[in-house]
Amino acid sequence: MISANMAALQVAVPLIGAPLCTLIGRGTRAWLFATLVTWFAFAMSIGLLVEVMQNGAFSYYMGNWPAPWGIEYRVDHLSAFVLLFITGIASVVMLFAYNSVENEIAADKHRLFYTAYLLTLAGLLGMAITGDAFNAFVFMEISSLSGYVLISLGRDRRALFASYQYLVLGTIGATFFVIGIGLLYMATGTLNLADLATRLPRLGENFVVFAGFVFLMVGLSLKVALFPLHLWLPNAYTYAPSMVSALLAASATKVGVYLFLRFLFDVFGIRFIIDTWPLAEIFMALAIIAAVMGSLVAITQINVKRLLAYSSIAQIGYIVLGISFVNLTGLTGAVVHLFNHALMKGVMFLAIGSVLMRVGGTRFVHIRGLGKRMPMTMAAFVIAGLSMIGVPGTVGFVSKWYLVLAAIERGLWPVAIIVMATSLMAVVYVWRVVEAAYFAEPEANHEIAEAPWPMVTATWILAIACILFGLTTDLTIGVAQSAAVMLLGGGQ
Amino acid sequence: MREHLILRLVSKFLIPFIILFGLYVQFHGDFGPGGGFQAGVIIAAGCILYGLVYGLEALRQAIPQSIVITLVALGLTIYAGTGFVTMMLGGKYLDYQWLAHDPAHGHHYGILIVELGVGITVAATMLAIYYGFAGRGEPTDS
Repeated sequence: MISANMAALQVAVPLIGAPLCTLIGRGTRAWLFATLVTWFAFAMSIGLLVEVMQNGAFSYYMGNWPAPWGIEYRVDHLSAFVLLFITGIASVVMLFAYNSVENEIAADKHRLFYTAYLLTLAGLLGMAITGDAFNAFVFMEISSLSGYVLISLGRDRRALFASYQYLVLGTIGATFFVIGIGLLYMATGTLNLADLATRLPRLGENFVVFAGFVFLMVGLSLKVALFPLHLWLPNAYTYAPSMVSALLAASATKVGVYLFLRFLFDVFGIRFIIDTWPLAEIFMALAIIAAVMGSLVAITQINVKRLLAYSSIAQIGYIVLGISFVNLTGLTGAVVHLFNHALMKGVMFLAIGSVLMRVGGTRFVHIRGLGKRMPMTMAAFVIAGLSMIGVPGTVGFVSKWYLVLAAIERGLWPVAIIVMATSLMAVVYVWRVVEAAYFAEPEANHEIAEAPWPMVTATWILAIACILFGLTTDLTIGVAQSAAVMLLGGGQ
Repeated sequence: MREHLILRLVSKFLIPFIILFGLYVQFHGDFGPGGGFQAGVIIAAGCILYGLVYGLEALRQAIPQSIVITLVALGLTIYAGTGFVTMMLGGKYLDYQWLAHDPAHGHHYGILIVELGVGITVAATMLAIYYGFAGRGEPTDS
């Protein structure tokens, strides 16, 4: 039963896990149950990736209604890769969550918190696996609505405002997305992505399709927080509970980018991007502004969590930059950076989450001297920081290498120089944290212990992964390359 | 609302019929217009009418808040669980034809069960929202 239905179980288990968590969970049981569900989802995603690598892409028909009438789940290299790192990061974050949630969330809300978490997970996985445009919208709403709830539970009162801000902007994004799908449905009469891809070219120049495309792109840009539609992100990441910041930074915007890739390359096709409008140039300009502005603003922050949030905006810039090159190297870099950024931002948000628990705040005054007090946590942060800069031997280097190569392949030297310049800005903001943690005198009057072992373990699993996947790139680059080949070859 | 005798009497008379109509919409949904969403809203509207006229406390006694949360979860469990049952019987997720020997009957049962889940969750969610808004300002515990 399991092997034949892996694609369905990938989403259905977290989905049914959510209400079950409310029904059975009290206190620790809720956490244990949510963790087991997450690990099961991780096992499923490994199974799916193995299946795809051995036998190629495959489809699963919900309720045995064949596509394009029924809802099709489509698993290929790209979606299996996205599923793998979302469930992987979520599995590690759940290890971290036990102490962190205990500390930050009122005990009577735990089971509802984990319910909302499982719904978010189900929504994100659903967006990544579905081959149906409207189904993608439904899962986007599931993940977003439960995500707003998770963010609003932060213990700072401003979390409510941040959540509300995200709610308004996220809803606008989702509405644009569904209007775009509606227009495409009007023009083609289908919602299945593969079917859309075969029908759209036959329509030729069609204003309904153009309008639909624009709505889709703007809606998705809001969801991935591409400059200048990033305004919801800094507050949401800053005030959310620690594990939620880590989870959303590592997965939510990434799945948005995944849909972005799907629609751009698979549904509309590469000729549409290059021939119709100067789309690649527009995205390149926005991506460069995002990378430069995000890094610059990150340097000026006094709250480390907010610094990381602005850094995320810059990293989204890198990913979109890789896409905008529209060549194999650039796309490989973009896809692999989805994974790599998830790893390093995961470490950083987890480390800062440990700091929040032990010290009670995440501003620079709070991390003064923590290099001595919380050596393991801060060391993991430094590894991720080096990766963020792009030091060889870390995952950050791999993605930057591909981005710079892609820029040079296209003959865009200034862009390659800008990527390196923004890396220097990353040096500045990472250094600010290192300086405060290792070279500033600690507050002498109170003792701070290292974080509990599950939190340290979780942080270090990701930190070691940062180095491991920086040294052996067979898996990540291999899968990303297959995905890029598929994106460039398909949809024509 | 204590002094509005007519309102109290008329709503007391109407509420059973509202809920009965909700059940009709629920279980006749596969033959006529209707289904879980509409039925859930109608049933919840009947309950909320009771709450508006007789007061929040009366409604809380009739339908405790803790049960409402359980019902929200139960409905989704029924829906998603149906998918797991069809998988265990050998089919795909939510492939109703495995629920009975005759595929047509299977589809019939499947849609009834799934819509029941939808109805329960929608009705309970409406009530939870009502409790959330009406109970604002009181000390919360859940």
